[in-house]
Amino acid sequence: MSAMFQGYGSTGPAFDEMFDGDTLRRPYLRLRESLAQMTTPELVSRVEALQAGYLDQGVTFDIGGEERAFPLDILPRVIEMDTFSTIEAGVQQRVKALEMFLADVYDAGEVFEDGVIPRRVITTSNHYHRQAATVRPANGVRVHVSGIDLIRDNAGEFRVLEDNVRVPSGVSYVMTNRRAISSALPEVIAEHRIRPVAGYPQKLLAALRAAAPAGVADPTVVVLTPGVFNGAYFEHALLARTMGVELVEGRDLECRRGRVMMRTTHGLEPVHVIYRRIDDEFLDPVHFRADSVLGCPGLIDAARAGNVTLANAVGNGVADDKLVYTYMPDIIRYYLSEEPVIKNVDTWRCGDAEAREEVLDRLDELVLKPVDGSGGKGIVIGPRASKEELDELRQKVIDDPREWIAQPVVQLSTVPTFVDGELGPRHVDLRPFAVNDGNRVWVLPGGLTRVALAKGELIVNSSRGGGSKDTWVLAGPAPEGLSADPVDLAALAGVDEDAVAPEPGAEPDIEPDIEPDIDTELDREPEDASADQPESAAEPVVEPVEAIPTAQTEAAAPPGPASSPGPALGMAEQEQQQQQQRARAPHPSRRTDATTVEGDLSC
Amino acid sequence: MLSRIAESLFWIGRYVERAEDTARILDVQTSLLLEDATLDEHQTCHGLLSIMGVEDAPEHVDLQHVLAALAYDRTSPASIASNIAAARESARRARETLSVPLWEVINPTYRDIASGTFATRRSPAVFSWVRERAALINGTADATMTRDEGWQFLMLGRCVERADMTSRLVATAALASSGASDQWTATLRATGGYEAFLRTYRGLETERAAAEFLLLDRLFPRSVVFSLNRAEQCLDNLDAGTRAGFHNEAHRMLGRTRADLEYRSLSDVLADLPAEMERLQRTCAMATEAVTGRFFAGAEAKEWHGMGGGR
Repeated sequence: MSAMFQGYGSTGPAFDEMFDGDTLRRPYLRLRESLAQMTTPELVSRVEALQAGYLDQGVTFDIGGEERAFPLDILPRVIEMDTFSTIEAGVQQRVKALEMFLADVYDAGEVFEDGVIPRRVITTSNHYHRQAATVRPANGVRVHVSGIDLIRDNAGEFRVLEDNVRVPSGVSYVMTNRRAISSALPEVIAEHRIRPVAGYPQKLLAALRAAAPAGVADPTVVVLTPGVFNGAYFEHALLARTMGVELVEGRDLECRRGRVMMRTTHGLEPVHVIYRRIDDEFLDPVHFRADSVLGCPGLIDAARAGNVTLANAVGNGVADDKLVYTYMPDIIRYYLSEEPVIKNVDTWRCGDAEAREEVLDRLDELVLKPVDGSGGKGIVIGPRASKEELDELRQKVIDDPREWIAQPVVQLSTVPTFVDGELGPRHVDLRPFAVNDGNRVWVLPGGLTRVALAKGELIVNSSRGGGSKDTWVLAGPAPEGLSADPVDLAALAGVDEDAVAPEPGAEPDIEPDIEPDIDTELDREPEDASADQPESAAEPVVEPVEAIPTAQTEAAAPPGPASSPGPALGMAEQEQQQQQQRARAPHPSRRTDATTVEGDLSC
Repeated sequence: MLSRIAESLFWIGRYVERAEDTARILDVQTSLLLEDATLDEHQTCHGLLSIMGVEDAPEHVDLQHVLAALAYDRTSPASIASNIAAARESARRARETLSVPLWEVINPTYRDIASGTFATRRSPAVFSWVRERAALINGTADATMTRDEGWQFLMLGRCVERADMTSRLVATAALASSGASDQWTATLRATGGYEAFLRTYRGLETERAAAEFLLLDRLFPRSVVFSLNRAEQCLDNLDAGTRAGFHNEAHRMLGRTRADLEYRSLSDVLADLPAEMERLQRTCAMATEAVTGRFFAGAEAKEWHGMGGGR
């Protein structure tokens, strides 16, 4: 074993993706060999260069108004072709089922008639929007972009932790991370055959164009952002730029006679497809929150009239809430007559009498989550709760069993991570991204791996010391033994249309540049989330779900004073004063969007 | 192009230019105060602040105060630090339309301010740093941006601001001096045009010649007339194809003011230089309003006054 991995202690119940005891697992054979020629000090210097590079280029995010470098671990996570094929199939299956489910829920509702899921579960959901009922999307697609969050259980099997079919984010890091690692470990990258990720914007653009209203031959696509104060603004700008489309804010749009126009220097111009990165509730003050200034009045009516396509569709939130999640295996069986390729994390609905009994018996070893809670609110972790808390919980569950689900304490798998000058196992999750163009669900090879940098920590949020890893999906079979033979390209020809482009040389010349200023919306947790989190980093009590739910609420845009990069707002104000003082016109930031919407935007 | 983006580009041009020119003005004035013991620091500082549009200056101001207000203090809207931060903020809003290299020179410039490095730089090194960063930003824009509408707005902002700031530079020279030709020499040096001036006027250094050079020279890129000419060209490119007259109010105002400067006798213009310069600055402000009305008005979103949530 190379010195670098000496003393790498992967102990405990969690599945380590690189080592099985002392034995190296197959996906990492070549990685270790590549790194074997490198000394630890050399690796340290590359880590420093990597970090300095991210800081210089401003790949940062805000914590309480302070800009910090976005932590990217130098060691990639490697996933073999076969493993990823399973993930791909599972994600595709899931997205197909979700599409059929949404189409059914907002139309005939056969799934209720056939007793697969009670109608009540849907109609009581906060995310059920009547505005979406009986609307048939142009090419039948509602889930243009999805992020299906996966974890690996103690046996190494991938499980679905959560579906995100509203506005999943994070794909920009997948692209920036690859570029950064390419320059930090060029020789290691060269020795691997990794499926490229830079094609994502083109796939997305193609899917968005395919979703254009009928009869529009050359649709105008735009990306709709809540604005520069949004944590994911970086991602919005990157996607708009790499797709070559306009990045608009709500105030750039205007609806006239059921059509959506954007204000340009040459007057109003029509818009046909809106890739919106604003939550439903903020899209259109006519139908939703009247105090929202992030959206544009009339959007929903234009979409209902079929004059503009909103991607993702309004009302998708019914399909990815905690309770519907528990029905997903049945939903997949119902629509596709298939078994789920990737299983859920075991979950008990306390509403079912049998399950409730078991849950109440094992209260002290399970994690209980309120169905309606988000951001970790109200979660009780059995092994960590006091007797009083458990008694209180028991009463709550008995009083209102439908409001609770229970899951076993699940470990996340670990991957070697370079922290404080040494390698150690750290917990990770994975968010693969899928794009549906109506003909095919395309899964970005890889996805966003988030890693908890603190030892033993299971919360992968960057606001809680989390970072990310470049995720390599190998384009060929793993080497037998330590063979360094190049992969036989011909054998791979049939694998995937975009599978075998070698990295980084033949990477398409789309510029997913490392951008200054990454903000991580993934981590916009409601503040109270942490209060319910396990405090000790050492204990393996997990609430991995908490790492994710807020990813969906990205339209919770305007940061409070804490996370606002003070100067920006202050600037606008100063500028207004300046205008009065000097009779010189101010900064264009006469805007008010960031300040006028206050209060709880995360709904 | 989106109106909002056009507006951001216009203001990037203005803010970068304003930061640079403020540095040039401060450079002259601080070195003059150091070198010329006869200058009254209090009076000079007051004049400087008033010309730069800082009006709530306290009774007693010294150089320290001026440097804070015009260079370091981020709460002072006229400071270099504020202007660079504002340029970066505008750039952030227009980020998907800027070339990546352009963003990557604007952002680190701002990072220096945010990280506090800027505050540790002292005069005069700080001023040359600002000039260099501005040159880097302008040069990168020049080398990487397509000459589309966005470019025209960027240039328009830069030219309008430059005309405005050169007029302030001239006003500062006219202010303190009353005869001190040092002041004019230093002013010419600040614009980087001193040698060009000497060659043009064959070493004949007079206040009158210096003012003429800074206001009216058609070849010197920082002169008022040169800047106004360029601004007019940008507006022409934006409103191409008009056969008779000018339909753009901003174009009319800038053109009239330029013609006025050029066609009046120099003595007439110089008779009350400070008032003349103030008039010029007002024109620039009004032209900006006209540009806003003509091209960016679309950015003013209509407000929705809802009566409650959804249905």
